[in-house]
Amino acid sequence: MQVEKDQDVVPFRNRVKEFAVKIKMGLVNQTKLITAASELVRNMLKYANGGEIEIEIISRGRDNGVKLTFKDKGPGILDIKLAMQDGYSTGKSLGLGLPGAKRLVSEFDIKSILGQGTTITVIKWANG
Amino acid sequence: MQDNIFQILQKKKDQILEVWIKTQINSPDLRDELISNEDLRSSCEELINNLMSSLNEENINNPHSPDFDGVNEILAGISFSQAKKGFNPRETAFFIIGLKEALIHVLQEEVSDPQILFSESLKLTRLMDNFSIITFETFIRGREEVILRQTDEISEISTPVIRIWDGILALPIIGTLDSSRTQIVMENLLQEIVETGSSIAILDISGVPAVDSLVAQHLMKTVSATRLMGAECIISGIRPEIAQTIVHLGIDLSNIVTKATLASALKFAFRSMRLEVKAVVAKENKNS
Ligand SMILES: Nc1ncnc2c1ncn2[C@@H]1O[C@H](COP(=O)(O)OP(=O)(O)OP(=O)(O)O)[C@@H](O)[C@H]1O
Ligand SMILES: [Mg+2]
Repeated sequence: MQVEKDQDVVPFRNRVKEFAVKIKMGLVNQTKLITAASELVRNMLKYANGGEIEIEIISRGRDNGVKLTFKDKGPGILDIKLAMQDGYSTGKSLGLGLPGAKRLVSEFDIKSILGQGTTITVIKWANG
Repeated sequence: MQDNIFQILQKKKDQILEVWIKTQINSPDLRDELISNEDLRSSCEELINNLMSSLNEENINNPHSPDFDGVNEILAGISFSQAKKGFNPRETAFFIIGLKEALIHVLQEEVSDPQILFSESLKLTRLMDNFSIITFETFIRGREEVILRQTDEISEISTPVIRIWDGILALPIIGTLDSSRTQIVMENLLQEIVETGSSIAILDISGVPAVDSLVAQHLMKTVSATRLMGAECIISGIRPEIAQTIVHLGIDLSNIVTKATLASALKFAFRSMRLEVKAVVAKENKNS
């Protein structure tokens, strides 16, 4: 789904929740996933003026999971290692979004090309 | 030579109006209580007059022609006010579809050549269908405006400040705490602290679905603002899943007093105000 304004955050989070409920994810993991999703979508809005998010259900053996792909065409991130550190922020904020999101999900992948955009993929397993 | 359809329609304007109004009045779909017959007649008349004076050979195939600006404006006005008065989409659709039927009905009586009748009807139908679409778009916009207004009202009423005790305020927060909401919460809270001279405020977040770093920051700002006013702020209603998420996210709430429930926050408030709640033990009557 397309995200371009603050008002899109709540409907997006509700979509993520629907997917998590569909695969019977527990309440704690659901909340972790939704919170991570919330951080990433807010970054996308704040630093890249929005973008496109894909929500999928994936499976690995018996375990099901929700996979989210955040794609934006923003400025990209100069130093990913730095951006992933707690407390690093170019936006006078807490700087917890990226590292926090990583801790909240099972798998986290970030790719960014300066001047072209950023793609972040996260997976949360129902039992992970 | 026979009159062209524009002349026919212009001449038969009154008849079209009558047919149109009659179909609407007789329709079981029209609720009289929503619109009086005179209102209906004047709206219809205005629309027909405007349509007939702007319709010609060229623009009949071009519904987006600026010639129809007047018509579109009238249509927009009607459907906008209908949406706000609580008309349903069926009733609004019926209004404009009724005009199409009336036009074709009159044309059919006046044009004998079936081929011309068909091709002219087709053109008129296309044009009128386009007007229907415009009517719908405006109808929806009317409804959206109602929704927007309600959204504003909800954010107003959903951030009440409750005086639960002398000197203790409680703010139940329900829904997402975004920037504009935080602003309202903070203003209401600070205002109330001044007015009541309260020394403790309890911010209850049991109704907040997720606490991400932005919401956390908003909470911390509210707490610091409260402290600047000389009052203490307690955050209550932190559900287990929220607590775990906050920890993983890395948010440090250690210098804020947090409680799991509103009840324990209240207990804490009583204690810091040196108040005690006691169960009343009934005294035994000595004479019995
Ligand atoms: N999608 C993005 N495009 C470009 N830059 C980004 C993007 N996401 C994050 N960044 C950069 O990475 C930095 C760290 O992001 P992070 O979410 O960790 O912190 P923050 O958004 O600054 O603060 P917080 O999320 O705690 O409010 C940001 O300050 C920003 O410079
Ligand atoms: Mg962030």
